[in-house]
Amino acid sequence: MKVLIPSPLLSYTRRSEVEAEGGTLSEVLADLDRRYPGLRFRVVNEQDQMRPHMRFFVNGEQVFDLERALRPTDAVQLVQALSGG
Amino acid sequence: MDVTRKLAAGLKKRKAATERAPRRGAQGRVLVLVATRKGAWLYHGDARRRTWRVDGPHFLGHIISHVVLDPRDGRTLLAAAKTGHLGPTVFRSMDFGRTWKEAARPPAFAKAPEGEKGRVVDHTFWLTPGHASEPKAWYAGTSPQGLFRSEDGGVNWEPVSGLNDHPRYRAWMGGEQDGTPDGPKLHSVIVDPRDAAHLYMAMSSGGVHESTDAGRSWAPLVRGMEVVEGFDPANVGFHDPHCVRLCPSNPDRLYQQNHCGIYRLDRPSSEWTRIGRNMPRRVGDIGFPMAVHPRDEDTAWVFPMDGTTVWPRTSPGGMPSVYVTRNGGKRWQRLASGFPESQAWWTVKRQAMCVDTLDPVGLYFGTTSGELWGSRDEGERWTCLARNLPEIYAVEAVELA
Repeated sequence: MKVLIPSPLLSYTRRSEVEAEGGTLSEVLADLDRRYPGLRFRVVNEQDQMRPHMRFFVNGEQVFDLERALRPTDAVQLVQALSGG
Repeated sequence: MDVTRKLAAGLKKRKAATERAPRRGAQGRVLVLVATRKGAWLYHGDARRRTWRVDGPHFLGHIISHVVLDPRDGRTLLAAAKTGHLGPTVFRSMDFGRTWKEAARPPAFAKAPEGEKGRVVDHTFWLTPGHASEPKAWYAGTSPQGLFRSEDGGVNWEPVSGLNDHPRYRAWMGGEQDGTPDGPKLHSVIVDPRDAAHLYMAMSSGGVHESTDAGRSWAPLVRGMEVVEGFDPANVGFHDPHCVRLCPSNPDRLYQQNHCGIYRLDRPSSEWTRIGRNMPRRVGDIGFPMAVHPRDEDTAWVFPMDGTTVWPRTSPGGMPSVYVTRNGGKRWQRLASGFPESQAWWTVKRQAMCVDTLDPVGLYFGTTSGELWGSRDEGERWTCLARNLPEIYAVEAVELA
């Protein structure tokens, strides 16, 4: 499926739109980490929780559960909510 | 992730740590590693430490807590990094920052059992190369307090369970709300140069601790240290060491800048002496960094800050000074030649003051207002090496052959 990548992670993917596979958001992140090593830990912590300010959208809807089931036609978007200076 | 940077030309292998330090007039070149809230900069000194060539920024926009060169091979650089919003990681360079490669497994706490709340590394705060007999070993201290070890040069990091899972962990370290404003820290990881299994580390908060079995077990080392008035010094969790340094010329001597004073410890004693009592009363003995002479156990430097009223932690009276002792803390002398004489409200963080190993010793520090200062004569005269940098978190100086 198509995954949109925020600018802070382009150092890993080099592209703002990449392909990844998985039946859940968690599996998609694991696949992204296989393709782009190190990416997952920057957005999900060691307790498998989304890091603060990282947001995940599926077909435009915000998702908080990494085990949320996905279909191959879904569009996933990783968003970083910037704050501070 | 690879980040390409300009190659620092002409750099050769650094002398081994055990080799005799160069005497006066030696031609060693100093590399100063500056970590800031918005990236890292490397300053290459000329042979006389008069002019400095800047290489940077590296990791512009990343929060860099520490950049350290491995003294064992003289060329491996590790950088502790995160951004305001991405998780923490460690980068490694084998070519003085021309290229950087991310750790495969950065420091991270063990996954908690189902239903339990696990700890999360917010950032790696401190990096220490391992013992000379363990050429690939590194230690990392994190926020919140955690100790991690790499045995492959900083590529893969594992929790040091003897500390991170210690039954007294919560009693020593308190909650995450009890630490410094950007999180409680484990810092000052020290490896005894005579014994790879003999370690010290300190925590803000959580006291100073010692291990004699390579981190499998730990014992507090806080006797003689004071705590904020009204609290019980017998409670390890109330102790807030800011920076601990071991004297290279006498590994049985430690100096410490604490939230509550300046201390010295001479092993095998386990009782710290508050040598900061000998500082001028109007200046006090509050601060963050501590630096020790590479060849003289009686010489150490501090950067006093205002610990009165609401604890501004800026140079007392707006008059920056470094203080030196040359007799183990019996007397202190003010060193301020070259500094502004007034209206300079500097703060220097615990990792942001250091020495080189030349003779005379060079001193370096960075301020939270983004100025890098240096002295080529053990603090007698000071020069501003760089200004307009982001908030400086750490300064390390290494000598290149």
